[in-house]
Amino acid sequence: MAEGTKKPFSVREIREQFPALRQTVYGKNLIYFDNGATSQKPQVVLDAINRYYSKDNANIHRGVHFMSQKATTEFEEARIAIQKYLNAKKSEEIIFTKGTTDSINLVAFSYGELLKEGDEILITTMEHHSNIVPWQMLCERKKLVLKVAPINKKGELIEEEFDKLLSNRTKLVSVTHISNTLGTINPVKELAKKTHAVGAKILVDGAQSIQHMKVDVRDLDCDFYVFSSHKVFGPTGIGVLYGKEDLLDRMPPYQGGGDMISKVTFERTTYNELPHKFEAGTPHIAGGICLGEAIRFLNALDMDAIQRHEKELAHYAQDMLDTFEGVRIIGEAKQKTSVVSFVVDKIHPFDIGTLLDKQGIAVRTGHHCTQPLMDFFKIPGTVRASFAFYNTKEEIDTFIAAVEKSISILK
Amino acid sequence: MNINEKQQEIIDEFAIYDDWMEKYEYIIELGKELEAFPEDKRTDDRLIDGCQSRVWLSTEIENGNMHFRADSDAIITKGIIGLLIRVLNDETPETVAKTDLFFINEIGLQEHLSPTRANGLLSMVKRMKMDALKASVDAAKN
Repeated sequence: MAEGTKKPFSVREIREQFPALRQTVYGKNLIYFDNGATSQKPQVVLDAINRYYSKDNANIHRGVHFMSQKATTEFEEARIAIQKYLNAKKSEEIIFTKGTTDSINLVAFSYGELLKEGDEILITTMEHHSNIVPWQMLCERKKLVLKVAPINKKGELIEEEFDKLLSNRTKLVSVTHISNTLGTINPVKELAKKTHAVGAKILVDGAQSIQHMKVDVRDLDCDFYVFSSHKVFGPTGIGVLYGKEDLLDRMPPYQGGGDMISKVTFERTTYNELPHKFEAGTPHIAGGICLGEAIRFLNALDMDAIQRHEKELAHYAQDMLDTFEGVRIIGEAKQKTSVVSFVVDKIHPFDIGTLLDKQGIAVRTGHHCTQPLMDFFKIPGTVRASFAFYNTKEEIDTFIAAVEKSISILK
Repeated sequence: MNINEKQQEIIDEFAIYDDWMEKYEYIIELGKELEAFPEDKRTDDRLIDGCQSRVWLSTEIENGNMHFRADSDAIITKGIIGLLIRVLNDETPETVAKTDLFFINEIGLQEHLSPTRANGLLSMVKRMKMDALKASVDAAKN
């Protein structure tokens, strides 16, 4: 859809498309502020799931019959929708995976096969465990060295330190686009430039970015971009690895099985071309098709207006929380998305989260799979409210009153 | 009062609250009133690390009965610890090992003892029961 034809953003109209938001928990209207963990699904995606299994269910590729061809077409159309949304050069560069974690593991295994002892991988302090552990495993397997670029107290990457750690030994930089715990937006375009200047490749963890901003992989010039469907209004169990074609071509397959082969004999097997080389076995067909639907849904929205709305929500919540005595916001980066993480003096995040839950408000508490980051801030965890475009200022008012009530009970 | 009567007493106490927040306010009060945990017992072998909150448990046998002391960094977890200790303390090892803690379900706190909650409470109850089982085996030997 052309930019000019996008419908003006209306939070009321958007909410109507998300049935999960219309429910009560413990007798209270649900307020869903756990969007960093997963997003709710619009009716078009729910309908697509129903339609696929009711009418189109068939195994894809190689099927001669009507249904198989229809399912194949829809699956491949979803790939094209994602390619266009990310502005990738070719649809072959879009690999379906199980999600962000799976995509990173694929790269760690497969790109890792091209690396040799002493090569370095560079990550940052604010990474999610899924962008730490696969590299640790790779480093152990291939005797590589893992380097970690530090952050400042505001939760921003210290770029001078990043620059110092970058060298001709660096073979891959793997960095989150947006921190799931802090909301910090990393300057991945600049990081990509610096990375390429030393001849290394860069993977951008997009788990928290694609639902909040327009992502153009060619503009960012990242070598890999990964994300999960379920965080971007699609189903669970499916995700994407975008990789530049020449790079993916050089990488060996990750898993063996059906679909990823060209010819199999007991003596020697040759592999299929991209993207199938990396998609062994029957994929999550319904998931892929419905992710395509979610991406089309997103594409029809005015992303600039959404970003403004989400930023306003986050600022509003943060400003209100700032007025509470003993509340400390964790993550005060200048470039930040709609995540508000906080701790309260002498009160455990788990206690606040439990009381908010009983008031109908879903937030996340704990270390958010970023234990090294919690160690950096010397806290056991945070309370994290993460907003999506379907959240409202009124919900934040209710949330703030609930936080206030919880603190007064817990003090 | 036997162990099941103690459980029933807690169920009756909670019956007056029809609102979740009131229930939790009561649990938080219990957490605040919990007997202070001796600092010399706050050791790593007594620590049960949950994903959400941490729990320390110290087990002793006093006059042939189980005597637990416990603590947590989260006050709601502490309140629930208070309830568990009220039920299980001063009972014989055999009773502690065998008793079904039905009051947890009855007052609607089962979520806190589910394996997915990871607040250390489920592991704590398991350890309490294991300690009791060990004590009852030791008692039988002597």
